[in-house]
Amino acid sequence: MFGRKYSALSVAWHATTGNRYLTPVWRDPEPRDRYDVVVIGGGGHGLATAYYLAKEHGAKSVAVLERAWIGFGNAGRNTTIIRSNYLLPGNLPFYEWSMKLWESLEGELNYNAMVSQRGVLNLYHSDPQRDAFARRGNAMRLHGVDAELLDRNQLQKFAPFLNFDDARFPIQGGLLQRRGGTARHDAVVWGYARAADGSGVDIIQRCEVTGIRTEAGRVVGVETSRGFIRAPKVGIAVAGNSSRLAAMVGLRLPIETHVIQGFVTEPVKPLIPGVITFGAGHFYISQSDKGGLVFGGDLDGYNSYASRGNLPTAEDVCEGGIAILPLIGRIRVLRIWGGMMDMTMDGSPIIDRAPIKGLYLNAGWCYGGFKATPASGWCFAHLIARDELHPVAAHYRLDRFATGHLIDENGRGAQPNLH
Amino acid sequence: MGRLRIYARQPSRTTSRALVPHDRMPLVAHRNARHSYSSNPYGRIRQSGRCRVIANQAYRLPEVGAIDRSRSLTFMFDGRAYGGFAGDTLTSALIANGVRLIGRSFKYHRPRGIFTSGPEEPNALVELGAGARREPNTKATTIELFDGLVAASQNRWPSLRIDLGAINSLLAPFIGAGFYYKTLMWPASFWETIYEPLIRRSAGLGRAAEGPDPDNYEKAHAFCDLLVIGSGPAGLMSALIGARAGARVILCEEDFAIGGRLLAEKHEIDGQEGRVWAAQTEARLTELQNVRIFRRTSVFGVYDGGTYGALERVTDHLRESTPHQARQRLWKIVARHVVLATGAVERHIVFGGNDKPGVMLASAARTYVNRFAALPGRHIAIFTCCDDGWKTAADFATAGATVVAVIDVRREISRAFARVAERIGARLVTGGRVVGTRGGRSLRSIDVIGADGQAVRFEVDCLGVSGGWNPTIDLTCHHGSKPRWSDDQHAYIADKLPPGLSIAGAAAGALSLPAALLSGAKVGHEAIHTLGFIARFPDLPRTDEDPARLNPFWHVRGSRGKAFVDLQNDVTVTDIEIAFREGFRSVEHLKRYTTLGMGTDQGKAGNVSGYAIMADLTGSSITVTGTTIYRPPHVPIAISAFAGHHRGKNFRPTRLTPSHRWAAEHGAIFVETGPWLRAQYFPKFGETDWLTTISREVTAVRTAVGVCDVSTLGKIEIQGTDAGTFLDRIYINTFSTLLPGKTRYGVMLREDGLVMDDGTTARLAADRYVMSTTTANAGLIMQHLEFCHQVLWPTLDVQLASISETWAQFSVAGPCSRATLAKLVDPPFNIANERFPHLSVASLTVCGGVPARLFRLSFSGELAYELAVPANYGDGVIRVIMSAGAEFGIEPYGTEALGVMRIEKGHVAGNEITGQMTARDLGLGRLMSTKKDFIGRRMAERIAFHDPNRPCVVGFRPTNRSARLQAGAHFVPCGAAPTAANDEGFMSSVAFSPSLGHWIGRGFLQRGPERIGGRVRAYDPVRATDVEVEICNPVFIDPEGGRLRA
Repeated sequence: MFGRKYSALSVAWHATTGNRYLTPVWRDPEPRDRYDVVVIGGGGHGLATAYYLAKEHGAKSVAVLERAWIGFGNAGRNTTIIRSNYLLPGNLPFYEWSMKLWESLEGELNYNAMVSQRGVLNLYHSDPQRDAFARRGNAMRLHGVDAELLDRNQLQKFAPFLNFDDARFPIQGGLLQRRGGTARHDAVVWGYARAADGSGVDIIQRCEVTGIRTEAGRVVGVETSRGFIRAPKVGIAVAGNSSRLAAMVGLRLPIETHVIQGFVTEPVKPLIPGVITFGAGHFYISQSDKGGLVFGGDLDGYNSYASRGNLPTAEDVCEGGIAILPLIGRIRVLRIWGGMMDMTMDGSPIIDRAPIKGLYLNAGWCYGGFKATPASGWCFAHLIARDELHPVAAHYRLDRFATGHLIDENGRGAQPNLH
Repeated sequence: MGRLRIYARQPSRTTSRALVPHDRMPLVAHRNARHSYSSNPYGRIRQSGRCRVIANQAYRLPEVGAIDRSRSLTFMFDGRAYGGFAGDTLTSALIANGVRLIGRSFKYHRPRGIFTSGPEEPNALVELGAGARREPNTKATTIELFDGLVAASQNRWPSLRIDLGAINSLLAPFIGAGFYYKTLMWPASFWETIYEPLIRRSAGLGRAAEGPDPDNYEKAHAFCDLLVIGSGPAGLMSALIGARAGARVILCEEDFAIGGRLLAEKHEIDGQEGRVWAAQTEARLTELQNVRIFRRTSVFGVYDGGTYGALERVTDHLRESTPHQARQRLWKIVARHVVLATGAVERHIVFGGNDKPGVMLASAARTYVNRFAALPGRHIAIFTCCDDGWKTAADFATAGATVVAVIDVRREISRAFARVAERIGARLVTGGRVVGTRGGRSLRSIDVIGADGQAVRFEVDCLGVSGGWNPTIDLTCHHGSKPRWSDDQHAYIADKLPPGLSIAGAAAGALSLPAALLSGAKVGHEAIHTLGFIARFPDLPRTDEDPARLNPFWHVRGSRGKAFVDLQNDVTVTDIEIAFREGFRSVEHLKRYTTLGMGTDQGKAGNVSGYAIMADLTGSSITVTGTTIYRPPHVPIAISAFAGHHRGKNFRPTRLTPSHRWAAEHGAIFVETGPWLRAQYFPKFGETDWLTTISREVTAVRTAVGVCDVSTLGKIEIQGTDAGTFLDRIYINTFSTLLPGKTRYGVMLREDGLVMDDGTTARLAADRYVMSTTTANAGLIMQHLEFCHQVLWPTLDVQLASISETWAQFSVAGPCSRATLAKLVDPPFNIANERFPHLSVASLTVCGGVPARLFRLSFSGELAYELAVPANYGDGVIRVIMSAGAEFGIEPYGTEALGVMRIEKGHVAGNEITGQMTARDLGLGRLMSTKKDFIGRRMAERIAFHDPNRPCVVGFRPTNRSARLQAGAHFVPCGAAPTAANDEGFMSSVAFSPSLGHWIGRGFLQRGPERIGGRVRAYDPVRATDVEVEICNPVFIDPEGGRLRA
């Protein structure tokens, strides 16, 4: 009854039958000997890629290989923010496409990923910063993205709880994207997994890729902890492990892996409506539906593959929090986690062919990969299926560092830990 | 069996609740439950002028316990006053007062009581304090009682006793694990407007404080040879060994008393009570100079390099702290070695109705009796799968309570236990199971099925549950390792340990007292030897037998009602079954799908049971299930504690310029520029509009003379025989050819070929330069130069020193600047134009001997100088400049006028060096030398940097001269649609030019220099402006430069 389709009725039916007839949301198949496409990485990007390969490009034989459990990496360790408030023409069309996909995601996947457009607010603290935000807001508007520049009075109405009294860097206003917000990160993973599985994609968990086999300059398959899997096309979507995977075929990517910490507090009654970012320090915060404040700040600053951070950065992040939100001081941090960030030389991602035929790269998301999930999957699927770059991701080329077509939103230059 | 004596005998009343036994079940024990909520006629105290009732402590035991009965305390819970004693926790005091209902659960709003006696508490969460000091979700079990404490229950409406949210229980089948992922999607617009607000309002537990945290927090560092975490028997042994060997020892205990489980058990050590031994050991440690004991201090994180984060609660247990006293102190302890002796947490057994107030961990129940003299119930039953539960039975009997029954899941128990049951008059049910509980806001009875299948009902008001022990090993996992299951110990134990950490006592699986003492001694002894100290292996104290056998038992199948695994998040066995059926079988998926272990106790109470139940469902063993990742902090830590003093104005240091005091005296308005507070403008009496003030300041400079503090610019002294070569490699233009006594404007690139900074560098002598940087980049450039010198060209003879704070520097600008400065300069130095022309520099003295450097530089475009004097003279010198210039009409000017004049003059400023611009974009391409190599040269050749369509800097003025310009506007061709495809650049800075009488701007425009004379739209939708502008030369004032050479 009701098949796989979720609805209020199906929930009611399962409830009345004691939830006895529930079935796995995705299958747990044995890997086959060969697939048309193998996507390495069962995070949001990899699963979305597989889903769109099947759905948009009619791929019949796709596998997603995951070393541990799907959503175990950065897809389950981020601060769940979605937004498209970018400045540069290389980024704006892509992130706005992502935002559009977010807006229709639940209908598309028949899964409630709790996409919640409660607004993303970037605070500004000086006149030059106001002008820089105006420049960004205007760029967004030119690209058809919503943006509002709030002055101090408007901001006081929107977020009266901010520190308007004794901030070291006075809060003067903010750039608001109302369509921005958050989504439930795990649900995004599960929703894509369920939909991909429903479209015939094999999701293979506990299958670690140990090598990428090439013959005559092209990919023929991957060695895994569960045997060799033949595939003419292999896509890599492994975030912080990108450089390790690429090294298997002798590729050195313009990527450094860094650690960033995320924080969640004990749950409290609704306090913060949307996402707020600090303009004079590195801090961003939102409140989950469960009530926990979810926040983060700067990278720890050193290269690391360890998913753990250190105390000084945690202190720095909390200082930033109190600076703009003094009323959160007594709320207690419940959990601090670390994630591996694939930081590129200009702070923007790479969705491109690798120099080896049949090998495709989806990497360099820095610490902004979550919001990109739908469009990243969409564009990566397009690239793998057609062997050509998708127009909205046309700037995410691997060779841009050689040509100088950089997409450096903050102008920090080729120092990955500063982006 | 002794009769229960009540400490202060109070009238009790029979409850009106009827006990209706299930007809199939025989009643084996029957007595009116006596939960005294009645008022104490003798306990009235006068408070704030009105009478408040203090409930009696009807459940307080006489004589026993570690409370100080000479110090009575009064506290409030949910608006009602109660009494307690020093040494109580909030929960022990509530238990003593017969209060059992403390809170409501997260999802189903079920009545909840006290489940544990420590930081693993999932149920008894309260809002502590009020107003700006309100702390939601505080575990009542960890609150040390103080006089005047105010706490309230949370997450209930309208009241704790009657909570309408309890209706959720009826909806349980519909709102099981993950229901929200499958529904609430239609119509889509309802999510943000209806569904989500509903969810958010009902979630969230307690309410945050109402205002900024009024308390102080501080940070401290400590260093030691041996850090011992936990002061139970094992920790004390380790600390003692380390202390006697002369090592610097720090002992951290999160409780307010030293002793760990020794405080809670009736052990004997060396013929005396365990508690006394602990106190004696503490006294011995305290005597030693090399030992520091931190009580009320939780070690919460293990970080790299042997650093441990710890939080000391300094005043949380005091009614009032003294002014400026820190409430909490964040310690960073760097330890050469650590002994982790954090003990173990008892686990529960999952059965239907296991959440009723009155059901608690057996170990907690006897903690309340033995340590706090508070009786959690008068008719208790024990449900156990291990020897440990029997201790509770014995201790309750000793305290005079009725032990109604002991239900041991094991069919075979030792004869000794059977004799205990007989002695205390408890009904023994071996091979038994608790299959259900009854009671609304408090436990009334339990239903038990024996090995023979016979159902029995026991009337009890407390059920102690003992499911074995989970070693507390979270801290061993903070470096990323995971614990492993031990079939010997039936628990997850530490596997790979962080470097320099060893583990002892119950945390290492040594559950019995003799084993814990031995383990503490061995591990401590080993650690101290590793550190190079010599220590004799100590004589172990004599102790009693302490049996600790266990048959792991997780879950009573087929029990009646909701069986809770995670009590705080209301995760039931049904939820785990749903997760299993839907494929969320790995522990990480289980956690995320059901929220198991995501509560404020982080699963300390229930996680392992959840894993075991899932293992059971999947038919695998708990050995392969594994655990989720343990992360810091081990206990929740207030954000304020992490932030410390860095709050409000102290978030970051504030740097003041040398003339700050003078500027403040003269009514300056200050502005934050990076870390600096600079004078923005100097309004005069009657000036109400900042534009009027700034225009006056500009006009003063352009027609007479003005002075501005420019000390914030970075200043770097570069010395050495290779200083010129060094600068040639740093700057795109050449400095080795600069003559001593001259200055030159320079631009430097980053390695990636984009502009990093600009400024002037003066050559004071053949081997001596002084560089100026922008204010924003002062630190960055110093770092860059050091990197270049130390890493790239270590062989160059160059020395670098930041002298930004050494010198105060003033810009004196305007046609009368020379005449003004001439009055300061000591003879014989002469600053006449021919002796000291534009771009000169000299070391000299001013004001009768003050050493100074004088630069002839102009940012404003007027005849101008920058005078540098040692920073201490800054305040004096600006006063002298002002009086010297008075006859010429000198005016001080601030950063705004400075900015206006630089735009008028067409200079690049900081906000245009965005890190995205090439030298050519900034109109400085001609400076790039083709005759030498310099940093960024090769990368600047990249093809994209030579795209002729790159926006380049040009000037703008509104076609309609009265229109105002806005920085941040984008340029769109006139008549074209405002779209991304037509975006041609942006306005970077604008100003109202008092010299020209209209707004002017600078901006980056595609092929800008070729389009001078043309027009574009400055489109600014976020501020709703749209102005047509003329493209012009970016130098608006004196393009030939006649004035600055005058």
